[in-house]
Amino acid sequence: MSDREAYWKANIRLVAGCLVVWFIVSFGFGIILVEQLNSISLGGYKLGFWFAQQGSIYTFVFLIFFYAWRMNKLDRKFNVHED
Amino acid sequence: MDLQTMTYLAVGLSFSLYIGIAFWARARTTGDFYVAGKGVHPVANGMATAADWMSAASFISMAGLIAFNGYGASVFLMGWTGGYVLLAMLLAPYLRKFGKFTVPEFIGERYYSRTARIVAVICLILASITYVIGQMKGIGVAFSRFLEVDYNTGLYAGMGVVFIYSVMGGMKGITYTQIAQYVILIFAYTVPAIFISMHLTGVALPQLGLGADMTGSSLSMLDKLDLVVTDLGFKQYTTQVMGSKLNMFVYTLTLMIGTAGLPHVIMRFFTVPKVRDARATAGWALVFIAILYTTAPAVGAMARLNLMETIQTGEVGSPEGNLAYEERPQWFKNWETTGLLKYEDKNADGRIQYYNDKSEAFASKAESFGWKGNEMVKVDRDIMVLANPEIARLPDWVIALDVAGGLAAALTTAAGLLLAIASSISHDLLKGIFAPSISEKNELMAGRIAMAGAIAMAGYFGIHPPDFAAGTVAIAFGLAASSIFPALMMGIFNKKMNRAGATWGMIAGISVTMLYVFQHKGIMFIPGTSYLGDMSANWFFGISPNAFGAIGAAVNFAVAIIVSKMTAPPPDHIQHLVEDIRVPAGAGSATTGH
Repeated sequence: MSDREAYWKANIRLVAGCLVVWFIVSFGFGIILVEQLNSISLGGYKLGFWFAQQGSIYTFVFLIFFYAWRMNKLDRKFNVHED
Repeated sequence: MDLQTMTYLAVGLSFSLYIGIAFWARARTTGDFYVAGKGVHPVANGMATAADWMSAASFISMAGLIAFNGYGASVFLMGWTGGYVLLAMLLAPYLRKFGKFTVPEFIGERYYSRTARIVAVICLILASITYVIGQMKGIGVAFSRFLEVDYNTGLYAGMGVVFIYSVMGGMKGITYTQIAQYVILIFAYTVPAIFISMHLTGVALPQLGLGADMTGSSLSMLDKLDLVVTDLGFKQYTTQVMGSKLNMFVYTLTLMIGTAGLPHVIMRFFTVPKVRDARATAGWALVFIAILYTTAPAVGAMARLNLMETIQTGEVGSPEGNLAYEERPQWFKNWETTGLLKYEDKNADGRIQYYNDKSEAFASKAESFGWKGNEMVKVDRDIMVLANPEIARLPDWVIALDVAGGLAAALTTAAGLLLAIASSISHDLLKGIFAPSISEKNELMAGRIAMAGAIAMAGYFGIHPPDFAAGTVAIAFGLAASSIFPALMMGIFNKKMNRAGATWGMIAGISVTMLYVFQHKGIMFIPGTSYLGDMSANWFFGISPNAFGAIGAAVNFAVAIIVSKMTAPPPDHIQHLVEDIRVPAGAGSATTGH
C-alpha cells in the first residue's frame, strides 16, 4: 500500500471516529435519548435539554480542533504536509 | 438624549465605520472582488466567516423562535453549528487544495462537464435567493423598528442600503468590514443578555444563568418558566417538541448538511493560505459562532419569561392579574407602530389576556375567568430579540446597540450571499460558459447588475415572506443540502462518481425538495398556490417542508450512485485529480485561470 493510500485510510478512520461523537452528542443525547436524560439534572438544567441547547455545541468546537490537530500530525507522519 | 436619537447615533457610527473600511479596502480586480486576498490569519478569517454566517436569522430571528418553541427550537442551535463539523472534515481542506474560486467551478472540473456546472449554478442561485428572502424579512423588521415606520417601508429602506453596501464592496472590502461587524454584533447580542441574566438570576454568564436559580428563590429559572407558561395553557418550555421527534431529527440533519453546502460559506475556504488553515479557520469560525449560539437559549428563555410577566402581572384568573392596555409600556407601543405586534380587546375589559386559546384543557378555565380568546393576536417571533432589552427595561444605550447589531447581522450575510449570486452569474455562467472572452470590467459590471436584480426579487418576496426569517432561511438550507452538498462530498470521497451520476443526483435532489416545499408553501412562495395546503396532516411522515432537505439529499445520493453504476466511470485524469486533492502537499494559491 502506498503512503498516500495509507494516509487516506488514516484520515477516513479519524473522520469516522469524530463523526460518531458528533452524532451521539446531537442526535443521540439531544434528540433520541432526550427524555431519558432529562430525568438527570445538571444544575438547573435537565441534562437532555442541556445537550440540545448547550453541550452539543461545545462538543462540536472541541471536535474540529481535535481533528485539525490530529490531521496536522498525520500530514507530517506521512510527509504530505505543505512547504 | 432620548432613545431615538441614541439609536440613530449607534447605527450611524457603526455604519460609517463599515463603509470607511470598505472604501479603504475596496475591490480593484476581479480576484479582489470575489475572494479576500491571501494572508488573512485563521483567527481573523474565522471571525469574518462567523459574521458572514450569522445573519438576521441567527441574530434577530433565532432567539425569538427559541422563546416560543423552547426545546423544539434546538434544531436551529444544533443544526447551524453541527454543520461546521461536516464542513471542516468533509469539504473545506479538499476544496482549498483544489484552489479555485467558486463551487460550480469545482463541480464543473471534477465532473468534467459544463452541464454539471450549469446545474450547480442554478441550484446555488435558488438556494441563495431563498436565503436572501429570509434576510429581507429580518432587515425589514430591524429597519421598521429603527425608523419607527411600518414593516413594508422599513423593508424598502433596507433594500436600498443593502444595494449600496454590496455593490460597493466585494469580498476584500467585506472581509475587513466583517471583522468590525462581528465585534459590534457579538457585543450587541451578549451585553443585553448579561444584563438580563444578572437581573433574573444574579449570574453574569447567560450560559450559566439559564441553568441557575431565580434571584431570591430556590426555583431554577427554567422550572419557573415551565410553570409560568403551563399556567396559561402553553406547552411546557423545556420539553415541547417541534412537530415530532422524527421531524426534529430530519430538520437538524437538513440544517447541518445545508451549512456544508451553502456557497457563501464554502467560498471562504477556497482561498485561505494553506490546507492547514482551512481546518483551523473552520474551528475558529465555530468558536465565534458558538459565543452567540450558546447565549441564544438564555436570550430566548429570559425574553419569554419577561414577556409573560409583563402581561400577566398578577395571579392567573384574578381580575387585576392582567396588564391594563392603557398602561402598556413604551416598547409595546413602538412595536404596534410596525404592525408586528397587535392587540384586540376581545372581552372588552381593557386588559390584556395572553394565553393559549388552542389548548382544550385550558379552555374551561379561561371561560370561567371571563376570557374570550387570546388578545395578543399577533406577536411576530422576529421582534423578540430587538424588543428584549426594552422589555427588560435596560438602559437606552443597550437598546440602541442592539438595533445596530441586528442591522449589521442582516447586512453582512445579505452582502455575502449577493456576492455568491453575482459570482455565479458573472463568473460561472458568463465568463465560464457563455462569453469566455468577456473583459474584467464587464464581468464586474455583470456581477453588479445580477446583485441589483437579486435584491429586487428578494425584496418582492420579503413583503410576503413564506415564514419567519429563520424558517425561510431553513428552506434555503434544504435546497443547498439536497443539491450541492452530496455533489461536493461524492466528488471528494467517491473516485468513481461520474458526470451523469452527479448531474442527475443534483437534479433529483433539488426537485424533490422544491416540489415538497412548493406543494405546502405555494409555487415560488406565492400564497394561495400551494396545492396541498400548509397543513401538517399532509406532511410526509410528519416532516415539515422546512426540514425536507435531508430527504432530498438522500434521494440525491441514491440517484447519483445508481446512475454512476450504469454509465462509464470518469476518465483517468479525473481520478488522479481526486487523488491529488486528498493530500495537502503541493497546494498552490487560488487562481482564476484554467
